[in-house]
Amino acid sequence: MSAETVLEAVDLRKTYQIPRGPFRKPRDLHAVNGVSFALTPGRTLAIVGESGCGKSTLARQLTLIESPSGGRLLIDGKDAGAPSKDERKALRRSVQMVFQNPYGSLNPRRTIGAALAEPLIINTDLDAKARGEAVEAMLTKVGLRPEHADRYPHMFSGGQRQRIAIARALMLRPRILVADEPVSALDVSVQAQVLNLLMDLQEEMGLAMVFISHDLGVVRFVADEVLVMYLGLPVEQAPAATLFGAPRHPYTKALLAARPQIDPDERAGRPAPLSGELPSPLNPPSGCVFRTRCPLATDRCAAERPALRPVGDSLTACHFAD
Amino acid sequence: MARFQLTPLTRRRLARFRANRRGFWSLWIFLGLFGLSLFAEFIANDRPLYIGMEGQAYFPVFQDYTETELGGDFDTPADYTAPFMADLFAEKGATVIWPLIPFSWDTVVRDAAPYPAAPSARNWLGTDNDGRDITATLIYGFRISILFGLALTVASSVIGVLAGLLQGYLGGLTDLFLQRFIEIWSGMPVLYLLIILSAVIEPTFIWLLGIMLLFSWMELVGLVRAEALRARNFDYVRAAKALGLPSTRIMLRHVLPNTLVATVTMMPFVMNGSIATLTSLDYLRFGLEQSAPSLGKLLSQAKDLAVQAPWIPLSAFFTVAILLSLLVFIGEATRDAFDPRRGP
Repeated sequence: MSAETVLEAVDLRKTYQIPRGPFRKPRDLHAVNGVSFALTPGRTLAIVGESGCGKSTLARQLTLIESPSGGRLLIDGKDAGAPSKDERKALRRSVQMVFQNPYGSLNPRRTIGAALAEPLIINTDLDAKARGEAVEAMLTKVGLRPEHADRYPHMFSGGQRQRIAIARALMLRPRILVADEPVSALDVSVQAQVLNLLMDLQEEMGLAMVFISHDLGVVRFVADEVLVMYLGLPVEQAPAATLFGAPRHPYTKALLAARPQIDPDERAGRPAPLSGELPSPLNPPSGCVFRTRCPLATDRCAAERPALRPVGDSLTACHFAD
Repeated sequence: MARFQLTPLTRRRLARFRANRRGFWSLWIFLGLFGLSLFAEFIANDRPLYIGMEGQAYFPVFQDYTETELGGDFDTPADYTAPFMADLFAEKGATVIWPLIPFSWDTVVRDAAPYPAAPSARNWLGTDNDGRDITATLIYGFRISILFGLALTVASSVIGVLAGLLQGYLGGLTDLFLQRFIEIWSGMPVLYLLIILSAVIEPTFIWLLGIMLLFSWMELVGLVRAEALRARNFDYVRAAKALGLPSTRIMLRHVLPNTLVATVTMMPFVMNGSIATLTSLDYLRFGLEQSAPSLGKLLSQAKDLAVQAPWIPLSAFFTVAILLSLLVFIGEATRDAFDPRRGP
């Protein structure tokens, strides 16, 4: 781990126990099953995958809303599973989150000013006047006007609300920002504005960003590095250019092929789209979890789970990648 | 524009409340009657409001005077209903202003015997078996019923909302244990408990309130718990957690407002239940102490005298029925006002 790393996950796991009545042992659901990465300031890691692959669980773990059931999470080199409550609280302050739905993430009964000042009341000694100034400065920073502080969330559009949510996340000057599908609830025309704002703020404040999305176009635009997940497992981890240029894992290839394509000539040469359903995470396939939908699957895939191994400059969990 | 502004939602709720004419008028009638009953001492009392005598002004409602101070013979508190006092006032040419009803709830109307006396110009609704004016009893009993209901509703709502919040928001073992405790606790036979307790102590207003509170706080817990369970997964509650806000603040600022609609809607009905319980306990004579005016005690007298003195059951019945109906109508209008599925 380099000295600069602000966020490091080592074999992070989250297992939920699904009760099955009083006399049977609960079943384990592996929502996140061993994710590792390291992130430095100013860089963006995108996490990509279908619904139910564990993206949001990972996000909740990174923001310390849920504690991991295995593996380690290091924030600024300190173990986030630290036993001391005060330490955990201090660490929590340095990771903030932007949620997917800007209509749900702001309390409808409180003004924008009150929502933005709240983290300051708890975590700093600023008086009311200084808090007001900080709120106005942050509103300006995210492209809103200071007088918006007295208004309620319902008076804003989706894009404006997402700006407010970003402002709230940044009030405590965190080192790490976790954005869980921050633009997927917005109109396409507004998405670019919010993405640009996020990237500008990232550069200005030196934020390390974890960007969760299922929209590959958006990911290509913001990410430095991409982690592709399938059923709680990382299947491919690579720098963005490599991943989009030369995907190694058949799942990544299928995802890229499933993007809408305007040019019919390009559409013609693509591999067939994925068929079949995502298997239940309660009962994952043996061996390679992707084998039930993989065009390359053989008997070896059913018997042996492929480990993440370096192929070129990416990490891939496939027996046949080269 | 002023800082205090009604949100459009609140304004719509007020409009919906007003649109329910019955509930709207019930609220005003209830508030009017309650407001009047708060000044019961000025409406029905066995002391004059004012005595002007020999250039001196006396206010017996506010202050106790001995008989000697008013020119009588004995150094005891003056009994203004005694014929002697009337003679004294006439002799001195005093100006005496009596309340509208010159009896308090515990005044024995001397010259109306035999009791119970039928309604007359003096005793508008007659007297009860002990010679007390029924109108006065109703006014004081109405007041004590409402005060009891209000106090019990507020106290049990506060405790119930807090318990529900803790259960719903914290979940896990807290929820499990509190929920089991409530199930066991709500199985306690309240009536027998009260009967046993009233054998040991004479329940006063505060005593009775405390004992009832032991059981009535559970009414709102389920509702609030359900709302809190829902709200704990709201994104803005998660965001507040990620910001490191303490749980108490998240509960009070972000989760509590979500539970208020359910609570406010239930409150008139909770109050209705409280008043009905007090009345029935009084009826069974396990309620308020003997020396308190009560609608329930009047009803229990009425049970024995329904044929000879129909004015007792009728007046008690109508008072209780009107009071409870008003509260139900208010409750219905509140429910309509907070129902999002209703039109504007």
